[in-house]
Amino acid sequence: MSILKSREAILGLAILVLLAVVASRFPGFVRPANLANVFTDTSPLILLALGQMVVILTKCIDLSVAANLALCGMIAALMDGAGVPLPAILLVVVALGAALGAVNGLLVWLLGIPSIVVTLGTMTIFRGTIFLLTDGAWINAHQMSDAFKAFPRAIIAGLPVMAWIAVAVIAVFAVLVNRTPLGRAFYAVGGNPHAAVYTGISVGRTQFAAFVIAGALAGLTGYLWVARYAVAYVDIAGGFELDVVAACVIGGIAIAGGSGTVAGCVMGALFLGIIKNALPVVGISPFWQMAISGSAILIAIAFNARSNRAPGRIILKRAEHRT
Amino acid sequence: MTEQTGRQIPDRLTSPLSRALKSWEALLLVVAAAIFIANSLASPYFLDPWNLSDATFNFTEKAMIAFAMALLIISGEIDLSVGAIIALASTVMGLAMTAGAGTPVLVALGLGTGLACGAFNGLLVARFGLPSIVVTIGTMSLFRGISYIVLGDSAFTGYPASFGWFGQGYVFWVITVELVIFALAAIVFGVLLHRTNFGRMVYAIGNNATAARFSGIRVERIKFTLFLLTGLMSGIAAICLTSRLGSTRPSIAAGFELEVVTIVVLGGVSILGGSGSIPGVVLAAFVMGLVTFGLGLLNVPGIVMSIIVGALLIAVIALPRLWSMVRR
Repeated sequence: MSILKSREAILGLAILVLLAVVASRFPGFVRPANLANVFTDTSPLILLALGQMVVILTKCIDLSVAANLALCGMIAALMDGAGVPLPAILLVVVALGAALGAVNGLLVWLLGIPSIVVTLGTMTIFRGTIFLLTDGAWINAHQMSDAFKAFPRAIIAGLPVMAWIAVAVIAVFAVLVNRTPLGRAFYAVGGNPHAAVYTGISVGRTQFAAFVIAGALAGLTGYLWVARYAVAYVDIAGGFELDVVAACVIGGIAIAGGSGTVAGCVMGALFLGIIKNALPVVGISPFWQMAISGSAILIAIAFNARSNRAPGRIILKRAEHRT
Repeated sequence: MTEQTGRQIPDRLTSPLSRALKSWEALLLVVAAAIFIANSLASPYFLDPWNLSDATFNFTEKAMIAFAMALLIISGEIDLSVGAIIALASTVMGLAMTAGAGTPVLVALGLGTGLACGAFNGLLVARFGLPSIVVTIGTMSLFRGISYIVLGDSAFTGYPASFGWFGQGYVFWVITVELVIFALAAIVFGVLLHRTNFGRMVYAIGNNATAARFSGIRVERIKFTLFLLTGLMSGIAAICLTSRLGSTRPSIAAGFELEVVTIVVLGGVSILGGSGSIPGVVLAAFVMGLVTFGLGLLNVPGIVMSIIVGALLIAVIALPRLWSMVRR
């Protein structure tokens, strides 16, 4: 009974219904090969949504992830142009992404500036920096080395590397969030910051860690994005931060912090990914997508608010009941 | 963030004059004057009255919304959908225009769409108790999404000549219609916030919504009204912007929400709610307008200006906090 009531189950059901509706008209859409394509296509959203999830768990929000992605992607393309080998590029984009996340995190942690203000500001600064680096020029496919472009598309055991990276990160997050002290700290800080302080958890440091993780994932996704679409310019992934927040909200991550699961987050991203891929198949103009994801956000938060009356995943409260 | 839980009470009260001199508004005034002087030294074209009049277009539309947004933020909520409301209102006006509607109908539709969007936000936040950040991120996608559904990659053009008055007309010499609307809005919102019961209630809600409720303030109704006002001002801004550009694209007013929030925060309104003033917002609007206009005269590209706006947003909040950390 409680499984039926869990929002992961409802979301899973919604995804199945969505697939069934599309499949009733276009059976080809649910072929395993096409579903694998949809998953690969949704990988960047999954990666960023997982990073955003830990940030939201700690009562913050990171609106700069898409700009971080674009900046790291541009740096990756520039380094490739300078002949830097791929492993070094991967290392640098993850480190740079983490550093950009750390800037957000430090401003939130040390100065106590609300995260929405910090990341609204850094969002424009990161994007502007790309312009300063390139003067607005594009880096196109023919300017990128083959190894650089081939890595995310290389097929291993039937799936491209990009999809495997998403799978690996999901696995790491499942362990990180559920089985490590840091993961519990994310929930504790968001669930009840005052109680978290009394249990010896530094609220600011935990928020800082969440921003660094989100930044590192955005950096990695930046390379994957640029390599997969084989183009880098100022506006790549413009407005993607809204999709990322939407995926989290649809996945049941409470914006007030402290509540949400990795499975929900991944399903929220998949839900949006399936809609995005199904629209052209069903013959609806892609211009509908923005309004649909907006409506999905609104329905999801209305739904969250209703289900929040039942206790969410607030571990400190649960610990109180147990003792 | 965690160590300062209570409100600090100063040991000694300072005189009103020294408080006024040290206030955020005084600082803004000095900054505005400095930028004005720097600009007039940097470019010989700056001090031309017609140039200055043109420069006001940089901020009048955003500042109109910023007044309503200031009240909303003081009450502890935020509206990130203002740019999208402009897009939707402009699209509705464009649809009516292609159907042959005259200027009065267009204006009524612009205002009506703004009010309807504000009411929708207000209903979700005030009535259903949903967090305003996510609600307005959602409606931001929804409102602009509807514009995209209607327009796709096309545009509405060919507004009637009389409609151009709002964004291109002059009331007297170099005083534009938009500047007059801006000034009227400043006065109305200044009186509303600083001289009426309604304004006191807005502060009370922002400082402590629970206490406000126990003292008999209808918190939900006031929050709903504030969203309605923000929608209305976005509608007015949509009329001005559409009239000035003479066309509607679904990407119209993209990123406005960032600049509006920046003006409000730069104006000394606490993003956490509870404090701020309309004169501060007016000065902040001038500072933003002068900065972007001055940089524009120096041929600085728009995206570099947005870096400066972003850095300004963080710096104005970070510097006072850094200062108090250093002094401690």
